[in-house]
Amino acid sequence: MSQPTLVIGNVNWFKYASPQAFYPLAGTMMPWFAWAAAVCCLAGLYVGFFVAPTDHQQGESYRIIFIHVPAAWMSMFIYLVMAFWAGVGLVFNTRLSHMMASALAPTGALFTFIALWSGSLWGKPTWGTWWVWDARLTSELILLFLYFGFMALQAAIDEPRRADRAGAVLALVGAVNVPIIYFSVKWWNTLHQGASVSLTSAPTMAATMFTGMILMAFAAWFYSIAAALHRARSIMLERERNSDWVARYEGTYKS
Amino acid sequence: MNWASWSDFFAMGGYALYVWGSYAVTAGLIVMEIILLRGRSRAAVEQLGRHGKGGRT
Repeated sequence: MSQPTLVIGNVNWFKYASPQAFYPLAGTMMPWFAWAAAVCCLAGLYVGFFVAPTDHQQGESYRIIFIHVPAAWMSMFIYLVMAFWAGVGLVFNTRLSHMMASALAPTGALFTFIALWSGSLWGKPTWGTWWVWDARLTSELILLFLYFGFMALQAAIDEPRRADRAGAVLALVGAVNVPIIYFSVKWWNTLHQGASVSLTSAPTMAATMFTGMILMAFAAWFYSIAAALHRARSIMLERERNSDWVARYEGTYKS
Repeated sequence: MNWASWSDFFAMGGYALYVWGSYAVTAGLIVMEIILLRGRSRAAVEQLGRHGKGGRT
């Protein structure tokens, strides 16, 4: 199969769309993202627990925000990236795009669960309930099921190309849910509060709280990239174990 | 500084269950994912020796 080309400024941007070119590149990038995640996480925890003041309404319970908001952002963002790669894979028939979509799903599901879990633990002291079927919480739960559905569908189909295409269609259709989650607090009357942070206005929270939250968001971001690259490399080896480029990586596992 | 002592810190103003419950589960799940990722990577490299091109040459 010939790879498509996209040449802009004398660079073929699809060069890294082939697993043999992407595998070593991903291996080089992975540790940098992992370290960046660790540094941002430590800085975020320090600011979150030792610099940011006690909230005058919620007391110390608000410190769940440093996990909850970054996890919720990542849960939606990873889904959009996953759907993007699934769409690219459907249009260009590039096998690496589908591998990236598959590599993102478990990490996306992880952050979705963390967002729901931390939200539940935050809801109990502030709303008096662990769970309520309002639009924000319900659509986020549907997001978790979409991730599970994507993974289960791919696992259920033996032939990888068919599994890729079926998963990609599900990922694209499910993408409709992401704007529903994001705008649910505007479109419906929800127990969940509206956004404290938006691109169009200043955040309605103390500067140090905001700093801690952004640092944790960067940590979640870098961690997700590192985890997805790590998983994508395993998927490449698993799927392409009978191709020539893979043979040279025999016995290269380092912990 | 927000905390008078370590026990003050761990008490989280009475919200220890909720705050530490969030952080502990998050940390546990991320550690679990890293262990799973490493296991999958190790298995993927090891299978090359058994089934891949490398094993047949």
